[in-house]
Amino acid sequence: MKRRAATLAGLEQIGAVFTRHPGVWLWLLPLLFLGVFFFYPLGAVFRMAVEWAFSQGWAVDVWAQVAHPLFFTIWQALLSTLLTLALGLPAAYVLARYTFPGKAVLQVLTTLPFILPTIVVAAAFNALLGPRGWINVLLIQFFGLTNPPLQVMNTLGVILLAHVFYNTTVVIRIVGSAWSQLDLHLEQAGRVLGASSWKVTWEVTLPLLRPSILAASLLVFLFDFTSFGVILLLGGPHFATLEVEIYTQALQMLNLPLAGLLSAIQLLCTLLLTFVYARLGNNKQPVPLMPRLQGEGTRSPRGWRQKLLVAGMAAILLALLVSPLAALALRSFTRLDADRGERGPVSRGLTLNYYRQLFINPQQSIFYVPPVQAARNSLVYALATTGLSLSLGFLAVYAMQIQPSREMEALFMLPLGASAVTLGLGFILVFNRPPLDVRSMPWLVPVAHSLVALPFVVRTLQPVLQSIPGNLRQSAAVLGASPWRVWLEVDLPVMLRAVLVSAILSFTISLGEFGATSFLARPEYPTLPIAIFRFLSLPGALNYGQALAMATVLMAVCGISILAMDKMSV
Amino acid sequence: MMRISRLVTFFLAMTLLVGACAAPSTSTVPPTQTPQSGPVTLTVMTHDSFAASKDVIATFEQQNNVKLSFLKSGDAGAALNRAILSKDTPLADVFYGVDNTFLSRALDADIYEPYASPLLSSIPAEFKLDLQNRALPVDFGDVCINYDKAFFAQKNLALPQTLEDLIKPEYHAMLVTENPATSSTGLVFLLATIAHFGENGYLDYWKSLGNNGVVVVDGWETAYYTNFSGSSGKGAQPLVVSYNSSPAAEVVYATTPIDQPPTGSILGKDTCFRQVEFVGILKGTKQRALAEKFIDFMLGVKFQEDMPLQMFVYPTNLQAKLPEVFTKFAQLPAEPARLDPLVIAKNRDAWIKAWSEVILK
Repeated sequence: MKRRAATLAGLEQIGAVFTRHPGVWLWLLPLLFLGVFFFYPLGAVFRMAVEWAFSQGWAVDVWAQVAHPLFFTIWQALLSTLLTLALGLPAAYVLARYTFPGKAVLQVLTTLPFILPTIVVAAAFNALLGPRGWINVLLIQFFGLTNPPLQVMNTLGVILLAHVFYNTTVVIRIVGSAWSQLDLHLEQAGRVLGASSWKVTWEVTLPLLRPSILAASLLVFLFDFTSFGVILLLGGPHFATLEVEIYTQALQMLNLPLAGLLSAIQLLCTLLLTFVYARLGNNKQPVPLMPRLQGEGTRSPRGWRQKLLVAGMAAILLALLVSPLAALALRSFTRLDADRGERGPVSRGLTLNYYRQLFINPQQSIFYVPPVQAARNSLVYALATTGLSLSLGFLAVYAMQIQPSREMEALFMLPLGASAVTLGLGFILVFNRPPLDVRSMPWLVPVAHSLVALPFVVRTLQPVLQSIPGNLRQSAAVLGASPWRVWLEVDLPVMLRAVLVSAILSFTISLGEFGATSFLARPEYPTLPIAIFRFLSLPGALNYGQALAMATVLMAVCGISILAMDKMSV
Repeated sequence: MMRISRLVTFFLAMTLLVGACAAPSTSTVPPTQTPQSGPVTLTVMTHDSFAASKDVIATFEQQNNVKLSFLKSGDAGAALNRAILSKDTPLADVFYGVDNTFLSRALDADIYEPYASPLLSSIPAEFKLDLQNRALPVDFGDVCINYDKAFFAQKNLALPQTLEDLIKPEYHAMLVTENPATSSTGLVFLLATIAHFGENGYLDYWKSLGNNGVVVVDGWETAYYTNFSGSSGKGAQPLVVSYNSSPAAEVVYATTPIDQPPTGSILGKDTCFRQVEFVGILKGTKQRALAEKFIDFMLGVKFQEDMPLQMFVYPTNLQAKLPEVFTKFAQLPAEPARLDPLVIAKNRDAWIKAWSEVILK
């Protein structure tokens, strides 16, 4: 009896929490999602790691194996993030403030690197910068050299370059969307009061952009922090981040205790970083963002200085972000036969052969997938991911709004800092019997993608939501608008750009994801990145060409989708 | 407001479009196992490189009223670890793809049930590495050094014939190999050097290789397509650690038909290492009889003759005939290096660690 009364009292208390704090309701779904698909599998891995550690004992020099990758991971992530900001911020400015011919296309092109599988990017970089890449070949011919002058492959430089290549779009998208919504009057007021344009930028614009710059930096840093493919494929075996070390220990050496320890350290760093971010970001109330008139604040460049600025920025973006993509696409139309017999110029004709061959299954393999089918699988997963992560993201940011909680915020960043390998192992350990069974659940793919996309959605939406002045909603309510109407006509218009940015980011994250997909997708339903990888796992000029052709299809599918989304909302 | 509804409309339209277009099967979700009706499902866990012909698989499915479901889990090492980690609640009935370098790990983890298939009589004893028949040999191949024919012809340079040749100055910076910690191909090549130079000599050899400019990359794909000059990636190194069947694959997958591969394999003493792949019935399967039938099928002539052009490996069954492209362009080394799987299992991690300290530090 007593126990029952206690239970009842407990239930009543819980009920009271819900009625007193309506935010708790909003937390429910996103937390449930994280709990089931993130903490539960991760916990299973950690439990197993600890069990193994007790039964097998620790290796002696554990700290030596931890310290080195940890230091390198932080160092390269810091450098990469600074470089990404150095390119991304000016690019965001130019794209937010100026209109120029080809801007929409340029914006889409700068997003494409984000989706490309590392193996394809490695091929693209090699085609451009490798010892026999186009730049080296040009330099050799021009200066009559004997050895390739550029030696960037397998250096820290190429790692940083690749990280900038991948992540600049995050800065452009997140900071750019905030920049284009800044209240121009604030800057104009500064100018009227006699401040130089530098001073206005430094003391008005940048502080206003601070929340979104911080959010973008955090996301980019975490992406670089957990970098895996870039380090492995471009950096070569001399460089190892925590994630690479986890992969080696968990999947090759089957040393679960060490892998578990490394993933725990990785998570801890993420948590620390998120707390630091929350401190930096929350100590000042952001200046309210008012819904702007469409197109206010963007104009065509005037005068030679502005024209030079815009042209220069476009040229830099084209050279850094677009030229590797172009090299890839170009090669997919070029005959790629290996030299045979004699050296000398290979016949370099153009061909559509690789695309034609994509539709043929010469070996009658059961795992053959036509390109249309692979594109369709990819799109299904990407749309599901966008829907799922946006719905959960909306719930989470409103929960934070109503019931602010720094701990919760940190929780939602954690999936970005979690090791994909560890999480994958966790999925195997826990989702192996009905109703949650990795064998018969293709929808685990968008779930896994959403874990990565959710932090992006939350970080993109939250600064914007926070900046909506409360009195705007109150006046709407006073004027008789229902809460739904207030949301529809106050919140949503202000957040529209942020919604679009998070939709594009989660869509592209899903399109390009390889690791989790190869783990969870059934072989009969491969995505484009998996199809690319299948070609690259066999020797032969045709396989190589088809891989490049498939990568070009991936770029096209993604480009068209983003362009459509951009157009829809402009 | 207009814009939001347009965005929503766009997503709805996309979803409908994607759902409608190119959907030959009405069910986008694969049917979950329903034991009471239709054919039973037999799940085969394997690595990413597994492939087979449609009609070969279909024949087996029809003859046994079974639906084969394949579960691919990364490269050979990752797939095996997945099987080991899930052995308490096995995800599959059969596991194919453990090789002789990982065999002992699989046997120690006790994931297989023994099965003495009648077809073992057609398989030579040299491949039967597990005497209890828990792991049955399906195919084999050799990790060999491939060379860029055009490069050596143009430089008028003699091919290296032995492992010792590779540390000669004329072959400076010409070899690319894979990191044994992240690539099974790289691991197998490391084993070849250990088999040849012994546990006391291989590190000195690798030091000399390092001084002679050997390039180490993460995996086979990078080595072959990014670094090797003989492939269509056109890298900088004319020698690559690959497979003895790779030249045959270059012919099969040429853009325009060719009568000679652009690459060849170096088949000197101990320059190649033999890899044997095994299949076995996973402990705890509820479909033991069907699993046996599937293993007989994999060891049978029809599947064995299908394998070479699907996975570019050699059949272990002596009755299986090789396709012409194999007999013409792929050669078997006379004296491939070998190591006892038990010795490999005992020392693998220590060898890789010692190697990393010499080469990567």
